[in-house]
Amino acid sequence: MSQPSNLPRWATLWLMPVLNLFAALLVSGLVITLIGEDPVECLQLMINGAFGYPEGIGYTLFYTTSFIFTGLAVAAAFHAGLFNIGGEGQMYLAGLGVTLVCLGLDFLPGWVVIPLALLASMVFGAAWAFIPGYLQAKRGSHIVVTTIMFNFIASALMTWLLVDKLIMPGSQTPATRLFAESAWIPMLHELAANLGIELPQTPLNATFFLALISLVVFYLMVWRSRWGYTLRTVGLNEKAARYAGMPVSKVIIVAMCFSGALAGLAAVNELLGSTHRMNLAFTNGIGFVGIAVALMGRNHPFGILLSALLFGALTQGGLDLSFERPAITHEMIILTQGLIILFCGALENLFQTPLALAFKQMTKR
Amino acid sequence: MDSFFSVLDATIRVATPLVLAALAGLFSERSGIVDLALEGKMLAAAFAAACVAYMMQSPWAGLAAGMAAGVMVALLHGIVSIGYNGNQLISGVALNMMVSGLTPVLALAWFQQGGRTPTLDDAARFRSIELPFADAIAASAPLKALFGHNILVYLAVLVIVVVSWVVYKSRFGLRLRAVGENPHAADAAGINVKLVRYLAQSISGALCGVAGAYLVLAQTGAFIQDMTAGKGYLALAALIFGKWRPWAAVSGCLLFAFTDAIQIRLQGSALPLIGSIPDAFIQAIPYVLTVVLLAGFMGKAVAPKAIGVPFVKSR
Repeated sequence: MSQPSNLPRWATLWLMPVLNLFAALLVSGLVITLIGEDPVECLQLMINGAFGYPEGIGYTLFYTTSFIFTGLAVAAAFHAGLFNIGGEGQMYLAGLGVTLVCLGLDFLPGWVVIPLALLASMVFGAAWAFIPGYLQAKRGSHIVVTTIMFNFIASALMTWLLVDKLIMPGSQTPATRLFAESAWIPMLHELAANLGIELPQTPLNATFFLALISLVVFYLMVWRSRWGYTLRTVGLNEKAARYAGMPVSKVIIVAMCFSGALAGLAAVNELLGSTHRMNLAFTNGIGFVGIAVALMGRNHPFGILLSALLFGALTQGGLDLSFERPAITHEMIILTQGLIILFCGALENLFQTPLALAFKQMTKR
Repeated sequence: MDSFFSVLDATIRVATPLVLAALAGLFSERSGIVDLALEGKMLAAAFAAACVAYMMQSPWAGLAAGMAAGVMVALLHGIVSIGYNGNQLISGVALNMMVSGLTPVLALAWFQQGGRTPTLDDAARFRSIELPFADAIAASAPLKALFGHNILVYLAVLVIVVVSWVVYKSRFGLRLRAVGENPHAADAAGINVKLVRYLAQSISGALCGVAGAYLVLAQTGAFIQDMTAGKGYLALAALIFGKWRPWAAVSGCLLFAFTDAIQIRLQGSALPLIGSIPDAFIQAIPYVLTVVLLAGFMGKAVAPKAIGVPFVKSR
């Protein structure tokens, strides 16, 4: 995706994202000033809300978990040269998989239900990504448009299922019944209590460790396996990959399934880790944040970890901030996310030319 | 028959903003710039139109403000995509998010009504135009379906005619299509590629501006958070459905609007043979049709050749 640059490697990897992030925060700060609040004070409140006390940290890491999954999902497709905007829909459908397993089988012990639910989330997410992937590879329809359409189709389908079919009998709100406790993924504070450590109650759960493992597995698969090599070759130069005899269509389809499965795991964190039932729009834009996470993290697991943490902190800190300063609502965070996507994803050349000039000057001396 | 005309009436009302936005997308995409930002342009326009119409108590001022806001977002998309050769898809997604976040924040700060703007008085809205024999028109369903709309609906009809003339018959239209198909050849022929693309973006912004203003000034009477609710993407779907041609895109909009109008009618009622269809299935029809079309099962939708590729002048 990026163009060849004449900057040193560390500048492209570290300095540019930081500058882009800074520019995005600067514009957010301007908007905050415009509505009559103090941006510096808001930033302090936000950092304090995200990292200043144990509950805050717990919530930050809980949001981080989902963002790692959707960020990895977007990155997986990016490495094959595909822009998967469908993370939201794939996560939604994965929630259906989790819910069906739980509603049908949650009389079974946890060690049976939870792995099955994990598997179902990945299969359903992958299946919802498979169709756009197949249509892109075999019929040449543009993945971006198809995945957008699939988000809308998923939303219509899930609304119908929740309102008409899966709703708890006798209830008015479109949500399923509570899953049996055997299907709940253990909370971190419960695990810590078993070890005799006292942690505050937060929705942070064992899925967090799964996210960390996924980061490592992602690295190994994309950079250390034969499959990853073909994946990246197809992404960098499809023609060359075809000429080298790589099965391009197959790689595209598998990459999309891989992407969908990762997006699906975010549903596990939300449903089995926190709400323990499915409700309307539980995805809540997490799939879209994944785009920002992947772009900011330069599609690398380590970068994705850092940027998922950043977005987790933005979400949690933003919620805290909106309690302290009611003028700054959750939408302010959406604006900031949009700005970060703009500066990190589309305007990455903004600082490249001036920086390249600056480095040239320095090396001359 | 009356129900036929009331569906026609509803179809025209729902189709108007879609048609305007789809034609906006047509300019942008025919010039070679992917336009996922239609949604954001419309939403920004709706917000600006609501604020200005409320303050000036004039729908025309609101319309002008909406168009200005649409053009501003479009030019931002232009600066990123044309000026900085950025990724157009990402720029579109980012702009939509930014507008969706910014508008309720500003609405809350300026009007303290929880992310929406105050409801407009009749004087600040576009009402159905008063023709002679107004009573006769109101009484007759067919006449009401055709003549009982506000001025923006008729403006949209005019826009369709003008756009198809501009795109196919005017000098600018030829340049527009040339720049979207083969910018390097156009450049060699002495056309200023970036200028044509910026112009196309501005037109796209202005048309989206009218579409967004319509939502507030002719429909809801206030700005509501995320009130475009995917209409920009629906317009994009209609554009693709119409294979990037004006009249076909308009037909797509009418078809999608018709499914929307009929869905409200069908709610709960059973059809012969099929039984009752859940709303959600009818809602999903436009999206499913677009996917099917893109997959090449209903003729081939061929995008402008240079779409999505930044133009870097060859030396």
